[in-house]
Amino acid sequence: MKRGRIFLNGAVHEVRPAQDGHIRLADGQLLAEDQAHWLPPIEPGTIFALGLNYADHARELAFKAPETPLVFLKGPNALVGHNARTPRPAGADYMHYECELAVVIGKHAKNVRQADAYEYVAGYTVANDYAIRDYLENYYRPNLRVKNRDACTPIGPWLVDAADIPDPMNLRLCTSVNGKITQEGTTRDMVFSIPWLIEYLSAIMTLSPGDLILTGTPEGLTNVVAGDVVVTEIENVGRLVNHLADDRNYLNPAL
Amino acid sequence: MRAHNFPTSVRGTIYGVVLNDRGSIEAMGSALQEAPYKAPPKAPVMYIKPGNTLSASGSAVALPKGAGQVEIGAAVGLVIGAPASRLNTQNALAAVQGCVVVADLSLPHTSYYRPAIREKCFDGSCVFADTVAPLASVPNLAGLQVETFINGKQAGQWSLTELVRGAPELLQDVTEFMTLAPGDVLLLGVKWQAPAAAPGDQVAVAVPGVGRLEFSIESTTGSAA
Repeated sequence: MKRGRIFLNGAVHEVRPAQDGHIRLADGQLLAEDQAHWLPPIEPGTIFALGLNYADHARELAFKAPETPLVFLKGPNALVGHNARTPRPAGADYMHYECELAVVIGKHAKNVRQADAYEYVAGYTVANDYAIRDYLENYYRPNLRVKNRDACTPIGPWLVDAADIPDPMNLRLCTSVNGKITQEGTTRDMVFSIPWLIEYLSAIMTLSPGDLILTGTPEGLTNVVAGDVVVTEIENVGRLVNHLADDRNYLNPAL
Repeated sequence: MRAHNFPTSVRGTIYGVVLNDRGSIEAMGSALQEAPYKAPPKAPVMYIKPGNTLSASGSAVALPKGAGQVEIGAAVGLVIGAPASRLNTQNALAAVQGCVVVADLSLPHTSYYRPAIREKCFDGSCVFADTVAPLASVPNLAGLQVETFINGKQAGQWSLTELVRGAPELLQDVTEFMTLAPGDVLLLGVKWQAPAAAPGDQVAVAVPGVGRLEFSIESTTGSAA
C-alpha cells in the first residue's frame, strides 16, 4: 500500500494513489495530484543520512569508500513534501541534488542483527538530500549548514509498505533536471546495505518508529539553479518532484 | 516515554555546538590549520542530540559496551519560545523562552572531522534539569557559571564569558540557514576535553541562577562497575 499526506481545505488528509495522475481521498473522491499540497509522508523522528554510501559517488567526490559508514543527522526543518519549492541561495556556486532511498523504521530497534533487520522496517520513500557545497567545512562534515537547511530535503510523495518492496537492495534510482536524466544508479551498489545499517545504528542507539534513514546517493551530480525542476525517482517507490526557487522569496514567489 | 520531571517545554530537536569557547580553540591550536581541518571553523560547529538521548535529572545513564569513561559536557541550553529564523543580535533573545541546565555526554573523541554519532548519540546521553528558568529571571546570561561535580567534588567549572559566540551571536549565525522551532533547544557550547566520569560515579551539573541536574553512570549491564 502507498500512503501520502496532503493539506486540503484547512486539514491534513491521508491519500492513496489513483489512476491517471489522480489521488484518492478517504471518502473515495479523486483529486488531481498536482492540485494537492503535499506534506512529507511521515512526521519524522530522528533523521539519519549516509554520506559516500555508493562507491561510484565516493570516487566522484575524490574519496575512498569509507570503512565505517559516514552517518549524519538532520532536523525536521529540513523536510518538505512532493512538489514543493526548495530555496537556492543566489550567491552559491554549487548546489546539487542527491536521489536517495529513505527507510522508515516501524518498531523500536536495539541491537538488531542484520538477519532480522527488515522486520523493523515500516516502509520506504524517496528523498532528495540537496547539498550546497559552498558551505562545506571540515568540522563534523558534512556540516549542518550544508545538510540541515530549511526545506532542502524534499521527501515523498508516498510511504510504501515494506511488504510491497520485496528487495529494496535492487531498485533503480534516477534523477532528471528539467526533463534531462542526469543521475542513474541502483541500490545494489550501496556500500553499506539497509540491514547492515540497521544493525550498525541499533548497536549505537535505540531506533524508534518514524525514524528515517536516507541511504546515500550514486554518482551523477550536477549544479542546479533557481527555476530548475528536479525529479528524483526510485523504481516502485515513487517519483518526487521539486522546484528550485530563489532563497529570498521561495515562500512567496509572487513577490 | 519521558520521565515525569522532564521539562514539558522541551519538545523539539536538541542542537549543540563545539569549539565555541576560547579555551577550546586555544587548546586545538595550530591543529585547526592542519589536515583534516585545514582552516579554523567559520560557521558554528553544530551537532544534533536525537530523541533517544533525552533523559531526565535523576536518571541512571548506561554507557555503551566497552566504554570506561564519558565526558560530561556541562552546558546551558536556550529553550526556543517562538519560531526563530534569520534573527539578528538585537532581536535574537526575544525568540528564547528560557534557559535550562543540560549535561551533554560524549565518549571521548579527539577528532571533530566527522559527525560523532557513536560518541554523542547513545541512549540517555543528554540529561536535562527539571525546570526551565524563564529568560527574564536570568539577567546575567552572558556571565553564567557552569559547575560539574563528580561524587560530590567539583570536577570542572567554566563561565559563559569564555564563549566565542554568545547567545545572540550564536542564534544569529544558526538561524541564518535553519529555523529553530518552539520547543527546540540550542546548547551554547561544551568545553573541549570536559571532565570525565566512569561507571559508578554520581554526577551533578549546576548553573547558579538557572538550575541543577544530577545522574549516575552505569555500565551496559545495568549495574555499577
